[in-house]
Amino acid sequence: MHAKAAGVRVPFLCWDILQSMLYFSVPLGKLVRRVSRLRGGGSALPGLVVEKVDPGFMQRTLSTLPLGVAVVSGTNGKTTTTKMVVELLESQGLKVFTNRTGSNFTRGVAAALLGEVDWRGRLEADVAILELDEAHAVHFVNKVPPRYSLLLNVLRDQLDRFGEIDKTAELLQHIASKTTGTVVLNREDPRVARIAGTLDGPEVLYFGLDDSLLSTFPNDDDMRAAPGSPVPAAPARPAADVVLRRVGADDADFEYDGGTVTTAMKLRGVYNIFNAAAALTLARAISGARGTGTDQAGLLTALSKVAPAFGRGESLVVDGLPLELVLVKNPSGFRLGLKSFPAAGYATMIAINDNYADGRDMSWLWDVEFDTLRDDGVDQLTGSRAYDMALRLQYDDVAIGAVDTEIAPALAAFIRGAQGKPKRIFCTYTAMLAIRRELSKITTVEVVS
Amino acid sequence: MTPQSPGTPHELSFGHELPPEDPAVPGKGTIRVLQLYPRDMNIYGDWGNALVLAQRLRWHGYTPELLEYNVGDPFPADVDLIVGGGGQDSGQLVIQDDLLSRESTLKALAEDGTPMLVICGLYQLFGKFFKTRLGSVIPGIGVLDVETHGTDERLIGNVTVSSPEFGSILGYENHSGQTTLGPGVEPLGTTAKGTGNNSTDGQEGARYRNIVASYLHGSLLPKNPALADFLIRTAVERKYGSFTPGTPDDAYAVLAREHAARRPR
Repeated sequence: MHAKAAGVRVPFLCWDILQSMLYFSVPLGKLVRRVSRLRGGGSALPGLVVEKVDPGFMQRTLSTLPLGVAVVSGTNGKTTTTKMVVELLESQGLKVFTNRTGSNFTRGVAAALLGEVDWRGRLEADVAILELDEAHAVHFVNKVPPRYSLLLNVLRDQLDRFGEIDKTAELLQHIASKTTGTVVLNREDPRVARIAGTLDGPEVLYFGLDDSLLSTFPNDDDMRAAPGSPVPAAPARPAADVVLRRVGADDADFEYDGGTVTTAMKLRGVYNIFNAAAALTLARAISGARGTGTDQAGLLTALSKVAPAFGRGESLVVDGLPLELVLVKNPSGFRLGLKSFPAAGYATMIAINDNYADGRDMSWLWDVEFDTLRDDGVDQLTGSRAYDMALRLQYDDVAIGAVDTEIAPALAAFIRGAQGKPKRIFCTYTAMLAIRRELSKITTVEVVS
Repeated sequence: MTPQSPGTPHELSFGHELPPEDPAVPGKGTIRVLQLYPRDMNIYGDWGNALVLAQRLRWHGYTPELLEYNVGDPFPADVDLIVGGGGQDSGQLVIQDDLLSRESTLKALAEDGTPMLVICGLYQLFGKFFKTRLGSVIPGIGVLDVETHGTDERLIGNVTVSSPEFGSILGYENHSGQTTLGPGVEPLGTTAKGTGNNSTDGQEGARYRNIVASYLHGSLLPKNPALADFLIRTAVERKYGSFTPGTPDDAYAVLAREHAARRPR
């Protein structure tokens, strides 16, 4: 008697609450979003609120998308790659939802959704392309199994957060295992390519590099290749859907569907252009799933127009001359940045912070070779670990202009001292945020909301 | 420089390399510095330690000769100084058998007084054993009277050590194995900030003959030139009878130490 009564009452009660939440959580979340934006606060707070009030919001909303959800993860290049995939799909006439704010964790996605859904919680989009930090992606895919995932690389980045890079590879493997449709893998990163062998559900597609470009992408195991040791012959690798064949000064060759196309590229940096191959692979898979064919010319035009994402090799203008911001987060990225952007003719500044988002361990600076800066020297060093950077350069015989751990005066001195020269700043994540803030006082900096 | 495959532009190659030598400086002698397992045990900037030894040798007027020993290589003769680093678990598995096969060679060099720096993973494997959380025992080569037990707790963060020999030592730790010292070794120092060998006794690293063993990355030697110069002086004195120091400019090292010491754990 007792049990039966409870059995009848409880479901009704729950259903009642759910109904009211469905109508209540979205307006509430939107309200919090507006208020927190007015306060200039973080983008995740409204996501947190809606997550607490209506835990099913995100899953329910994303499950309505006809082409599903794609997750982009990996250590390096998530933001630019996600931006490329979005622009490539938009060139095919698709309406794409993405987490543009750089809030690459679950609450950030919920917050971004709140900005896009109508007041009744409906999202008008064909597909969602979501950039997710490796650790957060695991929580996300447990809630929302994606139809597609794109796994870029496993590099030594935030070891102090995840412990070891093999652990990071396990996180990416988990994302792949939850993917219901197609997993896109980097054929040239052994820790990523290896994931294919663990999957039995989803289709696997690769993006790859021409053999001649392999040496430009050392993985962390290759990084200490002995001076004088021979370059190992490339082992047999599976066929890739898209292969980057050549990188020119402002163009690149991609091979797919049995042919090679040359396209102009606005993106700078070899690693960005390799990520373009990744974006092409995913965009082709999603576009192909519509069954209505892909507009190849439109795809290439969109690719040629993609500009770098926030702080990823973007070029601003100061005193009528370019100022390039190059985000450096890990040894491989820093090396690629140095090799991709020749120092000659440029004034150079390096800004190294050691806040949590940058990584606290400075060991990574010692895995980067700075010989490319030896001829021209470095004009200015800044950031909380500016003197660690100075010490690093000293041991590579690179001349140093000035050192100031405070970013604002260092930036001002750098710009003053480098008049008439194009400028380049290599910076860690939080240093980049501070530099953008300072630059916005003297030049127009694109505002990302 | 790594040789280029045909068609690869020179500027696209990678691989660590010493800066070119200044030919004008007359050498006081050559010191052979051996890096242990740089291919598999190099995850936390261990190149920094080798680079600092080589460059400071030059600044002191000596000529460094950098050698490498990797799995399966013949062991080089006439080694004056040995430096070895940390790896992640997969790297330690790769080198384990090879290291055991070199046990007698490394023990003989250690007992003979060869200066050595072993960091993190190789510190553990220079000890008696590493017992994993699941109870399996990975044997070490027993050069050091220490033992290590795997734990679920990862000790991560900035560390300051007070050492009776070297003053304050600054670095960064990141390990889940916890090491305890036997009576055959001394600690490198005691931790003023951070955890060190284990979460109980406040000790960091180990000292035995001319071996310095430590959990600290950072890399360790750049911000701790006193440690680097101890290894160099010992190597030079053993080979040439006496050491005439040069005058390295340590102004940046001093400032980097000051700023690092102020950073949060």
